[in-house]
This record gives sequence, structure tokens and C-alpha cells, in this order.
Amino acid sequence: MRLYAVVAAGGFRRYATYRIETAAGVFTNTVFGFILAYTFVALWEERPRLGGYDMPEALTFVWLGQALLMTCVMMGGGFEDELIERIRTGDIAVDLYRPVDLQMWWLAQDLGRAAFHLLGRGIVPMVCGAFAFDLALPGSPWPWLAFLVSVALGVVVSFAIRYLVALSAFWLMDGAGAAQISFLAGLFFSGMLLPLTLFPGLLGEVARLLPWSTMLQVPADVFLGKHTGWGLVRVYVFQVSWAAVLLLVGRMVQGVATRRVVVQGG
Amino acid sequence: MAEAPGTVFVPRSRLVEGVRAYGLIVAMWLRSTMAYRASFLMTAVGNFAATAFDFVAIMLMFAHVDALGGYTLPEIALLYGASGTAFGLADLLMGSMDRLGRRVRDGTLDTLLVRPVPVLAQVAADRFALRRLGRITQGLLVLGYGLVAVDIDWTVVKVVVLPLMLLSGSVIFGSVFVAGGAFQFVAQDASQVQNSFTYGGNTLLQYPPTIFAKDLVRGVTFVVPLAFVNWLPALYVLGRQLPLGLPEWVAFLPPVVAAVCAAAAGLAWRTGLRAYRSTGS
Repeated sequence: MRLYAVVAAGGFRRYATYRIETAAGVFTNTVFGFILAYTFVALWEERPRLGGYDMPEALTFVWLGQALLMTCVMMGGGFEDELIERIRTGDIAVDLYRPVDLQMWWLAQDLGRAAFHLLGRGIVPMVCGAFAFDLALPGSPWPWLAFLVSVALGVVVSFAIRYLVALSAFWLMDGAGAAQISFLAGLFFSGMLLPLTLFPGLLGEVARLLPWSTMLQVPADVFLGKHTGWGLVRVYVFQVSWAAVLLLVGRMVQGVATRRVVVQGG
Repeated sequence: MAEAPGTVFVPRSRLVEGVRAYGLIVAMWLRSTMAYRASFLMTAVGNFAATAFDFVAIMLMFAHVDALGGYTLPEIALLYGASGTAFGLADLLMGSMDRLGRRVRDGTLDTLLVRPVPVLAQVAADRFALRRLGRITQGLLVLGYGLVAVDIDWTVVKVVVLPLMLLSGSVIFGSVFVAGGAFQFVAQDASQVQNSFTYGGNTLLQYPPTIFAKDLVRGVTFVVPLAFVNWLPALYVLGRQLPLGLPEWVAFLPPVVAAVCAAAAGLAWRTGLRAYRSTGS
């Protein structure tokens, strides 16, 4: 357990090294936050209470999206690129020799990264948004805490999906296609483009049940106090279930991959 | 294109030389891309889908409202398609500029400096990505839908304004790419900032100016003149009032603005390249 804590801390420090890149990313998140916020203002002026949100809540949703974009890696491009490269080059053979669990190692690393991205990439855009727009920020500490738990679960689901994407490289050699599909799904079904409560009919119902909803839609609703009491327990169970199922599938695929697939190289 | 032995080297203009080199490098990357046809097709479709989702989101918005900022869906489609096509063209031709920071960091830019080919042509053509045709296709489709669905009062002038808008728009976006590249000589890790103006600018222009704060509209009209990519000419074609109370003739300025942008970007590029100091590794 101590080992994984060290790996997580390493993940945090690794991303914390690039300060200028972080500042540039914060700038970009803030710019996109402003553009999206204005479109949401226009939309909610037309239809107040659309999707069950009032204007400050809708704007909070926008800025939460920018804050969580990197934390939950909704656009892809996290550790999976590195793992795919290791599978492609055959370096993965060395990783499998190590006396650590491959999945847990990368999970610990990714949790460390997510913690950094939440602090480094999340806070400043959110503060900028709060200065420029009227946001629905919780007054008591509990929703903030409940939100953090929900984000952590969302990160685990995000990791589990990206781990599966990376493992596909065992068969496909080139993970680009799978990564792209995962990126598209993450963009669309997380609520990044538009809250899932605005998706009409069946599309909306399906979208809200898919694992990507745990990355933004669920944490944002927890933040906005849409789930309290047993409702909160229910969404936590929803998130934990997806995390457990996807991690388990990841383990199974990993088992098949390491047993059946001949490692490339040397 | 080897010269026959004994012929005297004929000096061509830098521009011709640059364009020719750009074409040769692009041709090389095309051959390399076409070696993996399936992969190319998949990534092109992915590129198309990624941009299409933007428009799906707008369509989902219009499932709830009839107008956004006073504009109907077909009108927004026209704005979206014009910006998307212009940006797609610039992205195809100049999109590789954001790799410059990495080249500065790992020292591979030095290789480009010793070749007898303009550096700008080499950097712009580096890893030329034909899959970006996906974005252009999507932009053109949405633009086509907008043009068909909006009831435009066509005149000869409007017919001329339309293609000029797309060309000038891609030159303006291309200038932003080049200026962003020049900026990366100074701040290597900050290539993301460029995305705010390129991808961010494209997202901004997809919506009508009426929904944004006046200061933001002023900024993209007078400081970074993105408004000339589609807003001003397209609003003229739509027969709408121009933002900020600008007079109608401003809608004919995009070619002029594009030329000024290109000149400014060229200047920025030269300054950046002169200031470049190799890491020495």
C-alpha cells in the first residue's frame, strides 16, 4: 500500500513540474469557459430552468466542466498514450516482471496526476468564472466534500476506461483508433458539450446511464446539491458500480492479454 | 527535381522556393500517410466526427429553443460552416505549427535550420495531416446546409463576398497559427495558449456576436481580428446589422485584414526565429 502511495505522489510531482504548461492550460480552460458560459447565458435567457438548472447553476456547470476537463481526462491523452507505447515497443514485458500489480500501479499514478490537475488546472478557472459570473457555489462545506468524493470516483471510472483503451494495443498494436473513440465518447457523453439533462428522450436516458456520466454530470449535480441523503448514496453506488465493473473487466482483459499475446520485440 | 549537372544555380524568389519546398514535404507525408490507408480513413472519419459533435450540441440546444441570441439554427449553421471551413483549411495547411515548441525543446529545430529551405515551410509541412480534411468536409456540409436553409436575398456582391470570406478567413487563422509558432520560440511549453486563439476562436465564431459581451466582440474585432473570418462578412450576406454599430463596408475588408495579418505574422515569425538560441544538445 505504501508503494502505491509513493507512486501516486510521483504522479502528482511529475505533472507539477511543468509550471508554464500548467499556466498555459489554465489560460486555455478559462478562455473556453468564457465562450461556453456566454452561449449558456443565451440559452438559459431563452429558456430559464432548462434541464432543471437555473442560470447560476448552468453557469456553474460550465466552469465545473473546465475544472474537471483535465482531472477526469475527458478529452483523453493521459497515461494511456504512454502505456500503449510501452505495449507497442515491447517494454511492457519489463513492467510485467515487476513485483507490482500493473493495473494498480497505473491507477495510483493516475490518481496522483488527477489530484494535481484538480488543484493546478481546476481552481484558477473556477475562481475566474466566479468573478465574472454569478455562480451557484455551495455555502456549507458538505456539498464540497461530497463533490470531492464524487470526483475521485469519476477519476477511477475514467482511469478504468482508459486502461481498457490502452490494453487494446495488445491486439491492435496501434491504439490511436480506440483512443479516438474513447475521446469522442468522453467529450459527448460526459456532459462536457451540454448537460446530459438537456439530451432529449431515449438518448438522454441512455447517456445518463453510461459510465462517462460519472465524470462530469454526476459530480456537477452533487456539487449543485441535486443529490442529497439517499439520492447521494444512490449516485455513489452508481459510480462505484461502474468503477468496479470496468476495473474488473480491465483485469480480465489484462489476464487474457498477458497469457495469449506474444510480446513484440527482442 | 535534381538540376542537370553543370547548370548554374538559378536563384528563385524566397516565396517560390518556400512554396515549392512546402509542396515537396507535403507530398512526402502524403505518400507516408497512404501507406496505411485504413488508419488514414479511420482518423479522417474521427476528425470529422469530433467536429461534428460540436454541431450536434448546437442542434440539441435548438431542440429546446427556436433562436439563440436572435439567430435561427440555419443562420448559426452558416456562421458555423464559414468559420469551420476557414479554420479547417488553415489547420490543414498550417496546423503543424504547434509542434514547434517540442522541436525547440528537444533540439530538432536545429536540423531544419541547416537545410537550404525556408524554416517556415519546413515547420508548417511537418507531419502534414491529411486527416484534417475531415474537419473541412464537416465545415462545408454545415455551410451548405446553412446556405440552402436560410432565405438569402442574393446579389452579385454577396456571391463574391462568400468565397472571399472563406479564403481570407483561412489566411487570418493561418496567421494566428504562424504568430503562435513565433510565440513558441519564447515560451516553449506554452503551446496551449495558441489553442485559445485557434480552436477557441473557432468555437467563438460559431455563435452569433449578439450573445457575447461587447468587450469580447471589440477584442476579436480590433485586437485579434477574428471577427473578419466570418462574423462581419456572413452577417452582411445574411442582411443583418453588423456588431458594434460598424458600417456595412467593413464587411468587404476581410481580404485587406487577411493581408495585414499575414504580414504581421511574417514579421513575428522572423523576430522569433532571429531570437532563437539552440539548446546546444
